Amino acid sequence: MSLALRDVSRTFGGVRALTDVSLEVNRGEVVGLVGDNGAGKSTLLKIVAGVIQPTGGDILVDDLPVSFHSPHDAREAGISAVYQDLALAPQRDVVSNFFIGKEMLRSGFAGKVLRRLDRPVMRQRVVSELNRMKTTLPNIDAEVRYLSGGQRQSLAIARAASWCERVLLLDEPTSALGVAQQAEVLSLITRVAETGIGVLFVSHQMADVLAVCDRIVVLRLGKVVAQINAKTTSPEELISYITGAATPLNTDTTEK
Amino acid sequence: MTTEAVTITVKRVAGSRNLLTAGVLVAICLVFTVLSPFFLSQANWINTSTTMTQILLLGIGQTYVIIARGIDLSAGATLSLSGMVSGAVMYNLFAPYDTVPEGTAALVGIIIALAVGLLVGLVNGFLIAYLKIPAFVATLGMLGIASGASYLLTNGQSLSGIPPIIGEVGNHNVVGWIPVPVIITAVVTVIAWYVLSQTRFGERTYLLGDNPDAVIRAGVNDRRHLLTVYAISGLLAGLAALVAMGRLSTASPTAGSGAELQAIATVVIGGASLYGGRGTIGGTVLGAAIVTVLLTGLIIIGVPPFWQVITVGIVLIAAVFLDQQKEIRAARK
Ligand SMILES: Nc1ncnc2c1ncn2[C@@H]1O[C@H](COP(=O)(O)OP(=O)(O)OP(=O)(O)O)[C@@H](O)[C@H]1O
Ligand SMILES: [Mg+2]
Repeated sequence: MSLALRDVSRTFGGVRALTDVSLEVNRGEVVGLVGDNGAGKSTLLKIVAGVIQPTGGDILVDDLPVSFHSPHDAREAGISAVYQDLALAPQRDVVSNFFIGKEMLRSGFAGKVLRRLDRPVMRQRVVSELNRMKTTLPNIDAEVRYLSGGQRQSLAIARAASWCERVLLLDEPTSALGVAQQAEVLSLITRVAETGIGVLFVSHQMADVLAVCDRIVVLRLGKVVAQINAKTTSPEELISYITGAATPLNTDTTEK
Repeated sequence: MTTEAVTITVKRVAGSRNLLTAGVLVAICLVFTVLSPFFLSQANWINTSTTMTQILLLGIGQTYVIIARGIDLSAGATLSLSGMVSGAVMYNLFAPYDTVPEGTAALVGIIIALAVGLLVGLVNGFLIAYLKIPAFVATLGMLGIASGASYLLTNGQSLSGIPPIIGEVGNHNVVGWIPVPVIITAVVTVIAWYVLSQTRFGERTYLLGDNPDAVIRAGVNDRRHLLTVYAISGLLAGLAALVAMGRLSTASPTAGSGAELQAIATVVIGGASLYGGRGTIGGTVLGAAIVTVLLTGLIIIGVPPFWQVITVGIVLIAAVFLDQQKEIRAARK
């Protein structure tokens, strides 16, 4: 498998935010992560993204144990995240935003010595990446502040997916969007997975999770209480696990 | 409006900002031409264009800083200090200039002025980028330190014993019309334009001002970038000190006093946003021209000199106000 967590725990002072969490994300698979407020979803994502470190347990990438000391380490291992604030520069155009920190220079003297940006190639790359993910933005020369919320979210996801080789982490990417824009972002998530990337997707919206996920992991008070096949479950079942009304019974137990 | 239409409107607005600034400049020139027959003379052209070099050099440094969401209030004081240290070294080590070749003395002075400016800029950058002191506070403190130090050097006296060649070059006009400082400044302006609009460094300066978190998260060394930005501002203040010395053949501890106001006004009139992420070298050139023409034009028509500073202050506030109104109106549409 692409990414696996084995008994990952994290405490904040006395607070046990995560206790012995084990889960897997395979290539091309969308895994949903649901749970009540404070269940530990964001904490889990931050650990996988290298933003914070676990206090126990192992992270495996392609079956090899890794430890991430920074987001940079995680990115090196092919794991990228889209955060809720999206990290876009509103007064720059789509092309600039796509390449933050990865700007391309011209070849030869103009690039090596004069450090000149290769805007035509950067622009071309954005067009082809958006095509590859079958996403359209109305105008890639527009300043990002003139895009809608859904378009911005799509841009942030497409950007992260474009630079990501293994697993893409999404923390509530649809929470601030209208219905049509949610659909737009959800179908982008599906297409990102179709390119072979694994997606770990946090959401409070049961309908969204059921629509795009292959598997759903339910966290409750920092523990995994269920891992369910998304094709055979219902919003009611999910909610009963989230609230603690149901206890782990007919779940696909993780093989150790 | 469709997004397409919005974009086109936005581009037109951005382009028209420089057009508007240019229009204001022409209008101001026309008024002065009517008020004084001397305004369009060769002497006034040479005086105005040389004055503009100092303002523009500081303005260019300030453009980088302001785009990166900072401010450099110490630019004028850095100019004074660079000039005074350079002047004092040339005066104490070399005068009279028959013992050491004058050119050597001048060369040492030039290097020292640039080095002092660069050093002050690096200190500013270190305080802001690494010690996380707000730019406003760090450079305001540096304004006090640098101007105090430039007075201390000579107890507030000007130094006129600098190598004559500096004054000769500084006042030389190529083909009678183009002062040497103008040529130097033009070269610097072209380089500054290229770096800001065409290179990765420029791109990241805009990004850093627009959303620092996004740049940091992308793994860019934001602190080193910010340090460089303030170093550029300091270095250009050192160069401006040389221009000022060349013009008056004197190093003065008041050479740059109040110049930070002019520099900031220049950048803001040129369309930069004090919230970062916005501004162009072209706009700054136009802004510098407006500020300079106001300064020299008011003298020509006989307005008492104190009014110059008041006028620049008013124009600065008016420019910010008008830009904000435009933003608000654009947002309402
Ligand atoms: N930096 C921190 N310091 C102390 N406690 C923290 C910190 N980050 C998270 N916690 C605690 O860890 C627990 C899990 O928080 P987390 O943000 O992961 O929840 P979540 O599932 O993302 O919730 P939500 O749905 O509200 O986003 C909470 O009790 C929270 O208060
Ligand atoms: Mg959360």
